Amino acid sequence: MLTRLITRFRNWLFRPKIEHGTVTLTQRRIFIIPTRQGFMLALVLVLMLLGDINYNLSLGYVLTFLLAMMAVMSMLHAFRNLAHLEISPGRADAVFSGETAQFILHFHNRSKLPRYQLCLRGGNGEAVGHLAASSLRGLRESNGDGIPTKEQLSKEIRAGKTIGHIAAFRLWRQRNSNRRITCFDVPARQDSVVAFPLAATKRGWLEMGRLTLYTEFPLGLFYSWSYLHFDTRCLVYPKPLSDAPLPFGNSPGGTGKRSITGDDDFAGLRTYVAGDPLPRISWKAYARERGLQVKQFSTPVGEELWLDFSDAPDRSEDEKLSRMARWVLDAEAQGLHYGLRLPGGELPPDNGTAHRDECLHRIALFNLPQQNVPLPTPYP
Amino acid sequence: MSKHLTYGLLLSILMVIAPHAEHLPLWVSSLCLGLLLWRAYLAYSGGHDTLLAKRADCGNGRPVSPPAPEGSAPPCRSDDPLPKRWLLMLITFAGIGGIAVNFRTLFGREVGVTLLMLLAALKLMELRKPRDAMALIYLACFIIITNFFYSQSIPTALYMLAALMVIVTTWVHLQAQNIALKPRLRIAAVLLLQALPLTLILFILFPRVQGPLWGLPQDAYASSGLDDKMSPGSLSRLSLSDAVAFRVSYNGKPPPRNQMYWRGPVLWEFDGRTWTPGRTALTVAPQFTDLGQQTDYIVTLEPHNKTWLFALEMPDKLSVQATLTYDFQLMRKEPVNARLRYAARSNLGYRANLQEATRQLQRGLQIPGQFNPRAQQLAAEWRANSANDDAVVRTALSYFNQQGFQYTLEPPLLGVHSVDDFLFGSKQGFCEYYASSFVFLMRAANVPARVVTGYLGGEFNDVGNYYIVRQSDAHAWAEVWLKNQGWVRVDPTGAIAPARLESGLSAAISNTSALPFMARNPPQWMRDLRLNWDALANQWNQWVLGYDTERQFAFLTRLGMESVTWQKLALNMASGLGVVIALFALFMLRHLIKRQPDKVQAAWLKLCRKLAKAGLPRAAHEGALDYAARIAAVRPELADAFHDLATRYSALRYGADRDEQARHEFLLRAGALKI
Repeated sequence: MLTRLITRFRNWLFRPKIEHGTVTLTQRRIFIIPTRQGFMLALVLVLMLLGDINYNLSLGYVLTFLLAMMAVMSMLHAFRNLAHLEISPGRADAVFSGETAQFILHFHNRSKLPRYQLCLRGGNGEAVGHLAASSLRGLRESNGDGIPTKEQLSKEIRAGKTIGHIAAFRLWRQRNSNRRITCFDVPARQDSVVAFPLAATKRGWLEMGRLTLYTEFPLGLFYSWSYLHFDTRCLVYPKPLSDAPLPFGNSPGGTGKRSITGDDDFAGLRTYVAGDPLPRISWKAYARERGLQVKQFSTPVGEELWLDFSDAPDRSEDEKLSRMARWVLDAEAQGLHYGLRLPGGELPPDNGTAHRDECLHRIALFNLPQQNVPLPTPYP
Repeated sequence: MSKHLTYGLLLSILMVIAPHAEHLPLWVSSLCLGLLLWRAYLAYSGGHDTLLAKRADCGNGRPVSPPAPEGSAPPCRSDDPLPKRWLLMLITFAGIGGIAVNFRTLFGREVGVTLLMLLAALKLMELRKPRDAMALIYLACFIIITNFFYSQSIPTALYMLAALMVIVTTWVHLQAQNIALKPRLRIAAVLLLQALPLTLILFILFPRVQGPLWGLPQDAYASSGLDDKMSPGSLSRLSLSDAVAFRVSYNGKPPPRNQMYWRGPVLWEFDGRTWTPGRTALTVAPQFTDLGQQTDYIVTLEPHNKTWLFALEMPDKLSVQATLTYDFQLMRKEPVNARLRYAARSNLGYRANLQEATRQLQRGLQIPGQFNPRAQQLAAEWRANSANDDAVVRTALSYFNQQGFQYTLEPPLLGVHSVDDFLFGSKQGFCEYYASSFVFLMRAANVPARVVTGYLGGEFNDVGNYYIVRQSDAHAWAEVWLKNQGWVRVDPTGAIAPARLESGLSAAISNTSALPFMARNPPQWMRDLRLNWDALANQWNQWVLGYDTERQFAFLTRLGMESVTWQKLALNMASGLGVVIALFALFMLRHLIKRQPDKVQAAWLKLCRKLAKAGLPRAAHEGALDYAARIAAVRPELADAFHDLATRYSALRYGADRDEQARHEFLLRAGALKI
């Protein structure tokens, strides 16, 4: 009964809802509670006041009141630090299972007020990396005790339930349990691009889920936060097998001839564009302070090859798909003309990144129920 | 980055503990300074930050920042440059031990302050996590308060405000470590300035509780000023101090300067060198007759941690609780350990105790017989040659006047027979020498006499229209009891240096002497500056430092609040704070809220809404002209008009054209379009 009431209260307060497009952080969307440091300051102030009364220190009164009122004003500042920010979700490039998906978020600050020290945290405490549009300058991390394991978190949530789901308390505990968070600034009248990483563990669509955007600026006495739940999702391809020879000769459409044209030929560097796959970034060039560069490869044209689901020797469906992902990658890398044959459909042979992506897309979603954007879930 | 945060914390702590150096034991000050320098060196030589070292990255931590490739993470530092725990423990215990030995106790305010200094310096040595930095910031705020035990003057307040500014700047830095100094300073300043009006409301309306809440340790208050003992040199030492003893404002015309005798302790007993009040069980009230020349005035007495109050001779009305003793001293039950303001009325013309108890007259004749034989002999001669007591007094005064005595702040040392040495040897002395020897001579000549100490005169401040009485105005004079006249004030100093009575110390003593600065004759502009400053300090004392329950009540009543109660204060305080905070919130958030789109855009959006209702919503990616093309395909009857509007809209919104006529035309056409 009580739990239900609290859930209803939460649904009323936080209005969980999955959104689309740009979100503006209006007053109604921003919440604020004191931090542990805030309560500590309150204690210190009470001690100071007792001292002032006891020793009749007029200037002591002044100092105590000044600190207390600065704390109160810092609440307004913490609130203002989030107020009227506009956030729109960007794309999320497909990744392979086992990699980290990067959900891009755009933060627009239309005001002349710089926003400092904004932090993002996912539902399970994933940290967030910040990619400034052109460089990685400004990337920094504040430190904490590390990220808790899933067991710890679920234990905490269970503990929270037995206590009765006091929202503030839970939030406070969650916040303190994973303090290792990356924060970023949004300068006045500018945009910031932030990449939110999420571990991709299985093929299919990966939902970004609900994020918490929060700040404790300027004095760390108040925690002001807002929930962001966009309908952004990222396609996760199956993890390619590490070694799987291409199925030459056993497909009816293939000629069986393999033309060896060499492995990935390094063709040069170009400037990084938001969304480029991270493994392609040339860290060596970055270390030489040439900015972010991406490695490019040339792929010469080759022969025609059919990649057939039934040719995969593995037993389970997932293993077969993993093997097919490897085939697609290798075939593309070797410049072959390749087609894809899955139960229920096929792609005619072709070549190029668009074709490769289409193949991987089909493999990733093969035999999965049609995934729609899920309905709003009640908190949490 | 973090190095600068460490410097900020070091500066904060240094600023708040520096004023304490004056009264801390030297070794504690040196230890604190040493620790601070050590920490500064560690931060300087550390290369990168030791504060907030990424310990989670060492071993068990997972890399979290996605663009961080292998090897680019900061190297794991196992060699923490900060001193080891056992070393800090050793220093801590040695320090506490040293303080215990130095003060012979571990309790009391002085010891508490000393321990706090040590704690702050040691905490800097284990500054590793943000939590430690936060603790240091709170500690620095707390240490500011301890500074107010010793001084609450305007310069102290300004200095502490500067220290607070440094602390808050560091505080902001701690929250956002990449933020540059200038915005950091600006944010701190904004916070402080916004808090100021709120602080003023709280200061005026916060209900004052009359302390103390618990018993204060004995060392809570420093004592300064006049003592109730007088020996050669004690007053001349006091005269070297510029410190203010009290301030007086007269209601009406002030009395002449040579009548401003501020009566303090009365000394009866002499041991050959030192005068003390002595003991008596007598509690008879004084009897004043023939009172005249009434003067009303208000005294603001600086705390001196003694029980007596100062009043002009002889007071008959006082606004605070005090008793007038048999020898005309105003005594309080409790020592004056906070600035005290009282109104008093005195009668400059009086006859005091025409009837005096025999026992008192006997006390007024006692001298240690074994000392000063020559003075006793001289007194006996005077007695023999004089018709009455009056004549003895006159003889003594003319003796001082004619025997080449000198008034000086730096008299030579005196031997065992101090009065003899002075009268027949050095003949140089300050007022206590003259008062002492005069009373001794009177007693030896069988005239009841006693020493009275206090202050004489004062400096007139024409800015604030009040008199400043400083420690350098300390004075000692004599009182003799004469038949039919009672106790009569005799000031032997007047016989040697009448200028001291008429115009103060500087007139009586040459400028080359070691006089305090203000007792000399500084140039006029400097005097004016000083007087202005003192007038300001006086207001500060009255209104800021002296703002207690009584003042609060009086002030609020004057503002029009009837019957000041706790509830009323709380209510007013809450509403006042609420209004100001709401105003700040309004002001701070107003400019963030997105402005209305301009008229052209509003008209365009309205058009789009209309079309959307008609089943043709504009897609998010569609530009105005594309949209118009799509509309043209579906609703040919709208094609021309809408295409025209879309073209105009694009030109107005994205082109360089800011023509008012074109805007007007667009608005007209957009309004006229029927869908």
